[in-house]
Amino acid sequence: MTATTAALRSVEPVVKLRHPGRWITYAVAAVLAAMLVNTLLTNNNFGWDVVGHYIVSGQILSGLVKTVELTVIAMAIGVALGGLLAVMRLSSNPAVSSFASAYIWFFRGTPVFVQLLFWGYASALYPRLGLGVPFGPTLLSAETNSLITPFIAAILGLGLNEGAYMAEIVRGGILSVDRGQTEAAQALGMSHLRTLRRIVVPQAMRVIIPPTGNQVISMLKTTSLVSVLAFPELLYSAQLVYSQNFKTIPLLLTASLWYLLMTSVLTIGQHYLERHFSRSDRGPSRRNIAAQNVIQQPAEAR
Amino acid sequence: MTIASGDTSKSTTNGASQPLASVPMIKAVNVHKSFGHIEVLRGIDLEVQRGEVMTLLGPSGSGKSTFLRLINHLEPLSAGRLYVDGSLVGYSERNGRLHELRPSAIERQRADLGMVFQRFNLFGHMTALENVMEAPVGVRKEKRTAVQKRALELLDRVGLGDKASSYPSALSGGQQQRVAIARALAMQPKLMLFDEPTSALDPELVGEVLDVMKDLARSGMTMVVVTHEIGFAREVADHAVFIDDGVVVESGEPAQVLTNPQHPRTKAFLSKVL
Repeated sequence: MTATTAALRSVEPVVKLRHPGRWITYAVAAVLAAMLVNTLLTNNNFGWDVVGHYIVSGQILSGLVKTVELTVIAMAIGVALGGLLAVMRLSSNPAVSSFASAYIWFFRGTPVFVQLLFWGYASALYPRLGLGVPFGPTLLSAETNSLITPFIAAILGLGLNEGAYMAEIVRGGILSVDRGQTEAAQALGMSHLRTLRRIVVPQAMRVIIPPTGNQVISMLKTTSLVSVLAFPELLYSAQLVYSQNFKTIPLLLTASLWYLLMTSVLTIGQHYLERHFSRSDRGPSRRNIAAQNVIQQPAEAR
Repeated sequence: MTIASGDTSKSTTNGASQPLASVPMIKAVNVHKSFGHIEVLRGIDLEVQRGEVMTLLGPSGSGKSTFLRLINHLEPLSAGRLYVDGSLVGYSERNGRLHELRPSAIERQRADLGMVFQRFNLFGHMTALENVMEAPVGVRKEKRTAVQKRALELLDRVGLGDKASSYPSALSGGQQQRVAIARALAMQPKLMLFDEPTSALDPELVGEVLDVMKDLARSGMTMVVVTHEIGFAREVADHAVFIDDGVVVESGEPAQVLTNPQHPRTKAFLSKVL
């Protein structure tokens, strides 16, 4: 009898397990949230009026633009270099793969902050940089300080360091693709490069994208280290302002709010990117159905 | 009008140094293969004639799949000579010494041979149609429109005309394997290699793949099939070869080898499989 009634109704009412502990955590969280709001509003040292004034000021916004520029250029270098180093590291040529390993070892093994300082003080190591024949005559040369400006030093420091991390991410992605995919491509007569480009890398993307998104977010924040090179990105712009008006906390808050806003935007972007690269998990693609209909219709008409 | 009959004429005109019908499609002479210290193949001699279907049987680890992978040079051989359509696979021979071919030459050799894998190995990020079209467009540089027409015909032929826009993850194992066969046929190969094509399939899906293979055999395609499907071997194959411990133990007509084996090792194997 009970079995038949259960079968007739698709959902049977069940007495849910009670979670009294949850109410305690809700209460604790509510108290903490109230305390936070209270201190934010009542502690005048936060200086929200100052934050409101500077958050859209020209100096801060120009720093923001420079931070975005640094992030984009350094990540572009990092991704390109990382892809190249990953393929080099997987190469069967021992000289090529050893070079990649040594590069990764060095750039991951030293702090990016120290690397930035090195690029900043490059002129202390080589006062002049030249282009010429190895051990032969120099054809072109210039002052290091005129070539490696704070901006170039920042780009080199961040980009070359990022390349080492991206290399490991890309390599992990490539290795995550089943060996059978490569064999099937080889059996069809595809070259090594074509196999990599058409078969392996597109499938490695879904493994590469999530950590790369994290790297972009991390890079956005790491650009603040560049303030040590006196390059006016977001943090250094804020520092320049508070060195004059001594409103330190409000200006640090201003910079933090911008960092937080930008990382939030990036997180949302990453979500959509990941969804795009996992599309083969979901049913037939619309684009292909449309393409197929176009071909099949004339055939049926005949 | 079948694709395979078109290939037979192509391979005779397109063949290498000796485009004679008498040249066997595959000729193995004393083929050895070692992985480190382990000798997997210890002197294989066999021939596959044009249009012939050969099944390779044997216990797992006997070296039959390894032999198949030597035929399209997915593995290099360790010693001996292996010819496909009269040409050495993966090497050229000068003054009795083997010289490795350039990658591009090996790729050209592979493009003429179709291979079907145990685990299907369809490209997961491409639809069935894109899988079938990838090599003719990318490797042979054929016109996309012509390839698309042929690819849809091939998918129809393996009974999957309505699945052209499906991704592999949306297909059953049997459907994936049939797409894999269509993908190999799209290159209009002179020879098809099957590496245990039904071993990874649920029992009820084996039949649909074997049916496609039978149809292909009937159309005159030269096929080498590593399989445990004794029924298929008996029904379709012209030639059955039993390999154990890296050597050919017994070979001949399937009826002979499979129903009245002479060698005790063949008998022992068949008693376990049947």
